[in-house]
Amino acid sequence: MNAWLTHQRAALAQALRRLAGTPTTTLLAAISIGIALSLPAGGHLLLTSLQQLGQGSSANPQISVFMTLDADAKASEKVGEQLKVNPAVGAAQFIGRETTQKRLREAGLAQVIDSLPRNPFPDTFVVTPADSSPEALEALRAELAKLPHVDQVQVDSAWAKRLSVLLNLGRTVVWLLAGLFGIGLIALVFNTIRLQVLTKREEIEVSRLLGATDTYIGRPFYYFGALQGLLGGLLACAIVFASFAILQARVAELAELYRMGFELHQLKLTDILALLGLSAALGWLGAALSVRQHLRDF
Amino acid sequence: MITFKNVYKRYPQGMDALADINFEIAQGTLTLLKGHSGAGKSTLLKLIAAVEKPTAGTVQVSGENVGALKRAAVPWLRRNIGMVFQDQKLLFDRSAFANVMLPLQIIGFPPREAERRVRAALDKVGLADRERAMPIAMSGGEQQRLAIARAVVSRPTLLLADEPTAHLDADNARDVARLFHEFQQVGVTVVIATHNEELYVPYAPDRISLAHGRLEVSA
Ligand SMILES: Nc1ncnc2c1ncn2[C@@H]1O[C@H](COP(=O)(O)OP(=O)(O)OP(=O)(O)O)[C@@H](O)[C@H]1O
Ligand SMILES: [Mg+2]
Repeated sequence: MNAWLTHQRAALAQALRRLAGTPTTTLLAAISIGIALSLPAGGHLLLTSLQQLGQGSSANPQISVFMTLDADAKASEKVGEQLKVNPAVGAAQFIGRETTQKRLREAGLAQVIDSLPRNPFPDTFVVTPADSSPEALEALRAELAKLPHVDQVQVDSAWAKRLSVLLNLGRTVVWLLAGLFGIGLIALVFNTIRLQVLTKREEIEVSRLLGATDTYIGRPFYYFGALQGLLGGLLACAIVFASFAILQARVAELAELYRMGFELHQLKLTDILALLGLSAALGWLGAALSVRQHLRDF
Repeated sequence: MITFKNVYKRYPQGMDALADINFEIAQGTLTLLKGHSGAGKSTLLKLIAAVEKPTAGTVQVSGENVGALKRAAVPWLRRNIGMVFQDQKLLFDRSAFANVMLPLQIIGFPPREAERRVRAALDKVGLADRERAMPIAMSGGEQQRLAIARAVVSRPTLLLADEPTAHLDADNARDVARLFHEFQQVGVTVVIATHNEELYVPYAPDRISLAHGRLEVSA
């Protein structure tokens, strides 16, 4: 146990010395890995942010039922009663035309509304269906459209569905990128270690003659690979963090403009830890593959 | 301790470096390996440390057939062997101290105690004041003594030395011979390939003579 710890510490120190001994190479490798990893990491983060747009509407889609403008309070009340007894309707909320007008006036559109000859807004019901499967939604929509004095029925899940398809596409792209750049990272570390084994030939040969095991000889290289991956991961975190910090303000402006409750998520601690862990693990893997390949000659 | 049975060694594209070698070396003895240049002395030592494998026959060290050892088992054999290589195999990218430290690092020796041992080993070969020197800045004799210090630092049970006094002056050579004798005195088995037989005469060594890869029957 003690010897084991001594070995780990010595190997880590050796790996650090090798990294520090070639600062340019170390930096260039970290930049390559960092930029490569920042793309899938940033993409993933963007997708998580976008997902919130679909949430709420895609989970429990709502149906808006607009009455005709000439429908009076009585007509709307009748429709409201029919909604109440319909088993396909989970809940129905009535938003009267006066309420809508008042809300918009408060929202700063008073002038526009006052300039209109009459209230242009219809009575509206917001219906939450009992069953939100696409077929049930469509059936309910058709049924509600036939009610008297109903002008229009809108299922607001259509765009959510489109968003979800787009998000799925995005996710596939992110996974592809992550896979490709992950392989790239492994290849980069593999080659770095190959070159190191060449320059450390004598040390490796002599160590073996003095009784070093393959594990002993490989260990500093494993640490080297893991550290190189880790450095790249750190840089990727920094790139994503900075980019999103810059973008956040712009996106906030945009969201404000469209009155959407949308906000760009920033990296969480768990994201950072996962990214660092993954990049270190890939670096270790690249080193292990390289060492296995190249220590055979000794 | 060491047993050779019908051992042959042929290098790729070469003739037999060793042929039909049979001998036994008992534990705790001091044995000289003699023979002209190219007789096969280095080859024989390499077979003991499993640096080379015999083409035929068996080489046993402490009852273990070292010619048949798996790659993963070889390090454990070598950790019990201290070897002074004919070409020394020092590492020129680190100090004398670090060179001698290497065998202890490999076995995971506690660093503090390892440093004490390294200093003691350097002291034994008269290099106490040279621990910070780089091997490239050392004389041939100093390099040779450094290689000896590295071979003994882990206190192996078997010491193999290939021409350990080739570059040494008479005084230093006698000191080295005495050092090997001291190790033998505490139970270490010592095998030395050498052209300087007379150095060891006071210690009444056993002898193995080689000529053209074969054992010479000698007195
Ligand atoms: N790696 C090798 N490949 C091919 N032939 C070799 C190799 N090593 C040694 N030989 C040959 O094996 C024979 C014995 O060599 P060895 O080095 O064992 O001799 P030696 O007794 O140690 O000589 P010296 O006193 O010069 O060191 C020589 O003919 C040599 O050319
Ligand atoms: Mg020789």
